[in-house]
Amino acid sequence: MNLVYINSANGLSKAALETVTYAKKLGADVAVVTNGNAAAELLATLGAYGASTVLQDAGVDGQDPSQLVKLVAAAAAKVGASTIIFSHDLIGKAVAPRLSVRLKAGLVAGAVALPEADGSTKVNVFSGKAFGFVKVNSAVRIISLLPNSIQPEQTGGNCSTEAFDSQAGSSAITIKATKKPEGAIPLPEAELVVSAGRGLKGPENWGMVEDLAAALGAATACSRPVADIGWRPHHEHVGQTGVAIRPNLYIAAGISGAIQHLAGVNGSKVIVVINTDAEAPFFKAADYGIVGDAFEVLPRFTAAVQRFRAAQH
Amino acid sequence: MNILVCISKAPDTTSKIAFTNGNTQFDENGVQYIVNPYDEWYALVRALELKEAQGGNVTIITVGTASDDAVIRKALAIGADDAIRIDAPATDAYFVAMQIAEYAKGKGFDLILTGKETIDYNGSQVAGMIAEALELPYISIATKLDVAGSTISCEREIVGGMQEVEVQAPAVISCAKGMAEQRIPNMRGIMAARTKPLNVVAPAALEALTTFSTYSMPAAKSSVKLIDPNNLDELVALLHNEAKVI
Ligand SMILES: Cc1cc2nc3c(=O)[nH]c(=O)nc-3n(C[C@H](O)[C@H](O)[C@H](O)COP(=O)(O)OP(=O)(O)OC[C@H]3O[C@@H](n4cnc5c(N)ncnc54)[C@H](O)[C@@H]3O)c2cc1C
Repeated sequence: MNLVYINSANGLSKAALETVTYAKKLGADVAVVTNGNAAAELLATLGAYGASTVLQDAGVDGQDPSQLVKLVAAAAAKVGASTIIFSHDLIGKAVAPRLSVRLKAGLVAGAVALPEADGSTKVNVFSGKAFGFVKVNSAVRIISLLPNSIQPEQTGGNCSTEAFDSQAGSSAITIKATKKPEGAIPLPEAELVVSAGRGLKGPENWGMVEDLAAALGAATACSRPVADIGWRPHHEHVGQTGVAIRPNLYIAAGISGAIQHLAGVNGSKVIVVINTDAEAPFFKAADYGIVGDAFEVLPRFTAAVQRFRAAQH
Repeated sequence: MNILVCISKAPDTTSKIAFTNGNTQFDENGVQYIVNPYDEWYALVRALELKEAQGGNVTIITVGTASDDAVIRKALAIGADDAIRIDAPATDAYFVAMQIAEYAKGKGFDLILTGKETIDYNGSQVAGMIAEALELPYISIATKLDVAGSTISCEREIVGGMQEVEVQAPAVISCAKGMAEQRIPNMRGIMAARTKPLNVVAPAALEALTTFSTYSMPAAKSSVKLIDPNNLDELVALLHNEAKVI
């Protein structure tokens, strides 16, 4: 049996559907364990992605990894899981390592593909500059899947939902405040990303970046110096010492393409670079390049996307 | 307050990444090692700031061989009081975390800090593993850290936002950007680091749970297609029809 942990407290994220699809593709039956009180009808839709049962513990709110690890361990014991899958998102990064120690089960952190024939699983290493193939030496294995590594796939099927009391105890973490910008797309999950660097000259010019992102339905990102000087929030900083992302499309305006920046974004499927300097190193990593002034190109790009979207409807 | 900061070495960010031995080993030839930036810039510097404000001791710990001592001295030069090196190659995240947990057990650390991940294996695993082994609360990817008495307040990243949280010490925290600013060691720090205690401790008998069987490099990009800056409709059409990403 493959067991997938998802957080359904805020609905079913794309990352959650990816993990269920991944578990299905591994073969064997798929059970899902989740916290929170999502409606049974919503959880039942996981059947289409390959789940056969969903265990739901409404008593766990999903804020404390030390509770979540007990929830997943209890579910793993109940279903006899041989592989346990997480998303390599902020919750998976906190819980999967705890589970690895609790079950003494090897963890493949940040898988980017299904396991190879020899049982090893591909992950990014050196911040995306290379790949490594991880072998797990224990009977039970844990895999956390990097978001955007596979597409959710509906294969049809039904699943049952079952209330599950995991005896996970109380939370040791007190929540004081939560800030979630409305409508913002979480960067690591975003399929389209518009990013800008020091070439934009100042925070007052980010309207152009946000307009293009809005036209595309993209998340926004930035280079490190831009976050360091406070033009943009830290969580937008991508690169070797920021967030590593692998969207379908990464658009970089006014970013030189330093090796540390590339490290965090070179897993992107398609890269578009806009830079006044034809010699900027980023062009070597780009699929499409525009040698031009971002201040002129970005508004034109936005208008072209709007024309395209309008023509589609 | 007694703080244990877990330090890893990492190749300098400009290092050329290559592999040897039939792609089974990282090629260390010509590679300069630094203190993993997250460990140094955020975890260590914040620990020092807390100590400066409230008193206490900052110990750094790493699992590694004698060749890592240079990296340890760098961290001591920034201001840590003393260092522990568990004398064994760092075979996997589980091995490293369990060695550190084994050492820390019963030593009364109020805080155990790590960086949010290393820039070589990027696993983000060690802190959570230490927390589980020591049965401590864990706040992951914290961007702020304050301590008042036994209450630890943090700001942490959550999916799609930020959260202010509190836990009671002792706790394990992984540290990210926002928590502190990088400190450049001064001459006095570098001199003092030479004589600060670096205690080498024998490892506990433990096995790794994972191994890297091989490595590979990403396929080289084909050359860039240049688009006329006055013809963005062409770019949009290519992104739709050729690249199929919009
Ligand atoms: C240890 C370490 C870790 C690092 N980690 C990261 C990291 O994680 N992420 C990261 O991004 N960086 C990182 N860096 C920094 C990195 O080396 C670069 O300094 C940084 O990426 C440069 O940011 P930038 O491209 O925005 O700015 P710049 O290098 O200043 O480039 C600005 C670019 O904008 C172009 N430009 C100027 N005006 C315009 C215009 N009007 N229109 C279009 N283009 C224009 C210029 O030609 C230039 O190419 C790290 C560095 C170190 C030492």
